[in-house]
Amino acid sequence: MATEARVVRPAKVSTWSRRRATMAGHWATFRASRRGMVGLSILVFFTVVAVASPLLVSEAEVSPALATGPLHAPPQVGYPLGTDNFGRSVLDLLIVGARVSLLVGVTAAIGAMLIGAIVGISAGYFGGTRIDAGLNALTNWFLVIPWLALAIALATVLGASLTNVIVVIAITSWAATARLVRAQALTVKERSYIERSRAIGGSHWHVVTRHVLPNVFPVLFANTILMVALAILSETTLAILGLSDPVAISWGKVIESAFTAGAMTAGYWWWLIPPGICIVLVTLAFTMVGFALDEILSPRLRQR
Amino acid sequence: MGSRRYLVSKTLQAVVTLWFVLTFNFFLFRILPGDPVAVLARSEKLTPDDIARLQHELGLDRPMLQQYFVYMQQTLSGNLGESLTTTKEVKDMIGSRMLPTVVLVGFGTLFASYFGVVIGIRGGWRRGGRFDTTSQYGSLILYSMPEGWLGMLLLLVFSGWLHWFPAGGYTTGGLTGTARVVDIVDHLFLPLLTLTLGYIGGYAIVMRSSMIDTTHEDFVQTARAKGVPDRLVRKRHVVPNAFLPAFTLIFLSFGFVLGGAIVIETVFSWPGLGLLTYQAIQTLDFPVIQGVFLIASAAVILANLIADITYGYLDPRIKQA
Repeated sequence: MATEARVVRPAKVSTWSRRRATMAGHWATFRASRRGMVGLSILVFFTVVAVASPLLVSEAEVSPALATGPLHAPPQVGYPLGTDNFGRSVLDLLIVGARVSLLVGVTAAIGAMLIGAIVGISAGYFGGTRIDAGLNALTNWFLVIPWLALAIALATVLGASLTNVIVVIAITSWAATARLVRAQALTVKERSYIERSRAIGGSHWHVVTRHVLPNVFPVLFANTILMVALAILSETTLAILGLSDPVAISWGKVIESAFTAGAMTAGYWWWLIPPGICIVLVTLAFTMVGFALDEILSPRLRQR
Repeated sequence: MGSRRYLVSKTLQAVVTLWFVLTFNFFLFRILPGDPVAVLARSEKLTPDDIARLQHELGLDRPMLQQYFVYMQQTLSGNLGESLTTTKEVKDMIGSRMLPTVVLVGFGTLFASYFGVVIGIRGGWRRGGRFDTTSQYGSLILYSMPEGWLGMLLLLVFSGWLHWFPAGGYTTGGLTGTARVVDIVDHLFLPLLTLTLGYIGGYAIVMRSSMIDTTHEDFVQTARAKGVPDRLVRKRHVVPNAFLPAFTLIFLSFGFVLGGAIVIETVFSWPGLGLLTYQAIQTLDFPVIQGVFLIASAAVILANLIADITYGYLDPRIKQA
């Protein structure tokens, strides 16, 4: 059970102080995981860069019209990672890109998590009914359909903008979460305290928010962290195909502009390699933190 | 539940899924932002006359339900409409791009799953050993790479710097016989390597965890207790059972590999469905995009059906359920 208290406390302790104690226990376990801590450090670094980016780089420095550097210049003094086809510093682009890439990744993952949680909990809680069957069919459909083909169809119809990229990623990636949450909700539903709660007059809403959700939350949380990694990769893929916002600078967008400028044959390695390394590092970091959390929060793995 | 009923129910499921795809395709085009004309008008290639003509051709003056039946009838009889940019039949455009994608995705899945499974078996058997640790980090890093970028990286190194392989395309042209085949393989090498590397990690991770799960099963303990040598426990008892989940996953991940192929074909100008899609995105050629979505979905649904049926034979317990 997720909300097990590590410390023995008097019975009349509040829910939140109990949860705080649990969290403290989890944090201690997490800190012991080297993989998790390495991932967390990388994330902290990139988050700080993303938040501080307006202070580090001015709008003019990354504007295609106002940039002043030499074109396609290799790394040199003043331009540690060289410049692109507009004479913008690639390092500046990466700093600005951190904001968009992280924003898209996190928002899309939260969107997918919300859809997945609502569908999964409803299906699991009403397990075996017609609602469950319908939602399950919907989930399976989204699991089967090739995500990129669906994403391309949606993105071209909706048009290329940052919001639409987020919407498209959320719509194409919630299904796995819904399935996971449904399975979890199904087991929680069978517990006797749910029956007790219903018997003393607890509404469906009360049971779901007070009993099912807190039990499903740990699994959902670890899953969302893992999903951010996938969402960042998805954004990159959509950007490479030219389906991302044409104006917003993300790491994927930097790769796309290097690609369309023929950086591979022209040998502009400084333009092509660094944005990819940023993506790999952040994806890796979210995955490592997600795995570490999964080990702590999912009881099946913890027992081994 | 008998074999035949299992087969029928799985086939029925596939048909319903496909019907869902068709319906989705219909509504995506008609109900999202305003009407199809507004969407079509975003494609600058169209004059108002063209739009009026298309509006008539799409039968948008007719009631929605009637439109739906016309669309279903046309699609099922193989009519996927006309491209907005080339005015060729979408069906023919897709048909002529099919083979390169089948070659790329087919060999890519084969190599990635083979090497992934082999790595997963070794790592999962000696869990925590040096091979396991190294391969796990390798898998994780490969998994974290956007396929398109990995392709560009290989292109930069092996084509831009070393000039070992051509920078893209299908063939140099003007060659016949064996020379032509060698030339195509030369062009295929890098995209295939990208696709293989891109998906090896995922398969290795799944096979590894499946190996670990299976090693904890009772029958493995029994085998050990009987005195079966370690090598044979692995080969006869663990691997065959651990392979079952990995097998389904290989088929289920077909949709992802297809997605990866779209990007990789774009990067290497490999003239398959992916490159066709990329070109269609650039020109907002909606009928082509819809056609590709339909074909890709149908292929994945078919792959799933094959997986279900084969799985039923490999593991007869499934059919009882």
